[in-house]
Amino acid sequence: MNDFGGVDDLYRDFILDHYRHPRNAGTLENPDVTFEDNNPLCGDRIRMDVRIAGDRIEDIRFAGRGCAISQASASLLTEAVKGKTVAEVQQLSDDAVLENLGISISAVRLKCALLGIKVLKSALALKR
Amino acid sequence: MSGRVLIDQPGLDEAAVERIRADFPILLERPHGKPLVFLDSAASSQKPVQVIAAMDDYYRRYHANIHRGVYHISELATEAYEEARRKVAGFINAPSADECIFVRNATEGLNLVAFAWGRRNIRRGDAIVVTEMEHHSNLVPWQVLAQETGAALRLVPVDDAGLLDLSQLDALLDGAKIFAFTAVSNTLGTVNDVALLAARARAAGAISVVDACQAVPRMPVDVQAWGCDFAAFSGHKMLGPTGIGILWGRLALLEAMPPFMTGGGMINVVRLQSSTYADVPARFEAGTPAIAEAVGLGAAVDYLESVGMDAIHSYELALTRIALDRLAEVSAVKVFGPPMAHRTGVISMTVGDIHAHDLATILDSEGVCVRAGHHCNQPLMEKLGVPATARASFYLYNTASEIDVLIRGIEKAKGIFGIA
Repeated sequence: MNDFGGVDDLYRDFILDHYRHPRNAGTLENPDVTFEDNNPLCGDRIRMDVRIAGDRIEDIRFAGRGCAISQASASLLTEAVKGKTVAEVQQLSDDAVLENLGISISAVRLKCALLGIKVLKSALALKR
Repeated sequence: MSGRVLIDQPGLDEAAVERIRADFPILLERPHGKPLVFLDSAASSQKPVQVIAAMDDYYRRYHANIHRGVYHISELATEAYEEARRKVAGFINAPSADECIFVRNATEGLNLVAFAWGRRNIRRGDAIVVTEMEHHSNLVPWQVLAQETGAALRLVPVDDAGLLDLSQLDALLDGAKIFAFTAVSNTLGTVNDVALLAARARAAGAISVVDACQAVPRMPVDVQAWGCDFAAFSGHKMLGPTGIGILWGRLALLEAMPPFMTGGGMINVVRLQSSTYADVPARFEAGTPAIAEAVGLGAAVDYLESVGMDAIHSYELALTRIALDRLAEVSAVKVFGPPMAHRTGVISMTVGDIHAHDLATILDSEGVCVRAGHHCNQPLMEKLGVPATARASFYLYNTASEIDVLIRGIEKAKGIFGIA
């Protein structure tokens, strides 16, 4: 049975910090694209507003509610993608997102950890 | 029938519970190196060796398709399948075993009523009444039926205490053809007065459809005393296997219903252009049924009866009272649902602003299994104003010391999240 380093590894200080103090939280005045989705299994909900200049993500905000994993993951993601091109973000793999998250996620919590990137990719797809 | 049973005596003493626990092999498992504390029986119960052995025995000694074979082991299988039906009928005091239809689970049973009875009897302008505390399985089939027929869907509200608000029930039932409600809320643990609700439905000219999923495993159920028209429940929540459940219905209603699914096993005479259908219950059991699972359910009924449903119910209430008392002493814990007199062993809670999934993950690290989420009850969650709760539920194999482990796990979660 895989223990993934236990909960002390999962709920590290930086995860709880991003949960309590999410970066890029809120909404944008004039986003180029907006998308909102939820994880029906647990009710996690995330909305992403993105402003795009040229082909780069100029600004991004997220709003949502849910577990520490989903919200911290979204917070970390917004920091990571600012300034990146739309194509780069669309090509981000789940593994890359999890690596950026920096903690081991068990299978049942994967949907929480990946909700942010799912919403962001859906938002960017609206741009095409 | 109600949850207001005296709980002066715990129902089962410590030695009895230890003997029961020895029948459940899974309780020896040690997730994350910790003893398994299984507090999610409201979702699905664990299985005693007696149930596992009965299914194993069927597969090893007399597996064959039922009803059609004339050889010995097919006769044995048929007899075991029908014996299971008789056991279940006795367990819920059904007037006749023919009124007990084997389905996959309560969801299928409720869909069967919505499809077969509903589509024959519901017309535009009729009303279907359900409650705000229904599991999605007793809400969505009626939504679909209402949408397809043009009937109105009306909702009995839940009050702030977690009880059904019956103040407007007469108006809601005016013109209603169906009143579908749960006997016990899977989210709040609220025990509804089924006999009263069924009588009100009958007085209004509506049939009553009871989601008995949480009631049949944990309290004595007598469908004749309830006075309802249909009741559905799942085997896997009452020590039986997955893939088997029961729809009980009054014979006269069942006999007037067209089939739900069609095919083999449910026919009388088949010609190329048309067929006639078998009698109840075979009419509603198209195809090869879940034979091993029926046998397992029969063994589960035997097990529950050997312990005694009154004892199980009393014990579960005693555990619930202990848990509520203990949880009340833990700061930041908020318990949802009605006072003790109206509830049974299902406790939904939040702890500070810790999301239920985070709480459940931390409890899991201590070996404690609780459910986290909306419990297939999204409208009720919105009413409670929370996206999700953590739910602990108790059964005959749980102990008071397991509640201590739960409390310690909650304290650990509070520590991680910095909640005082």
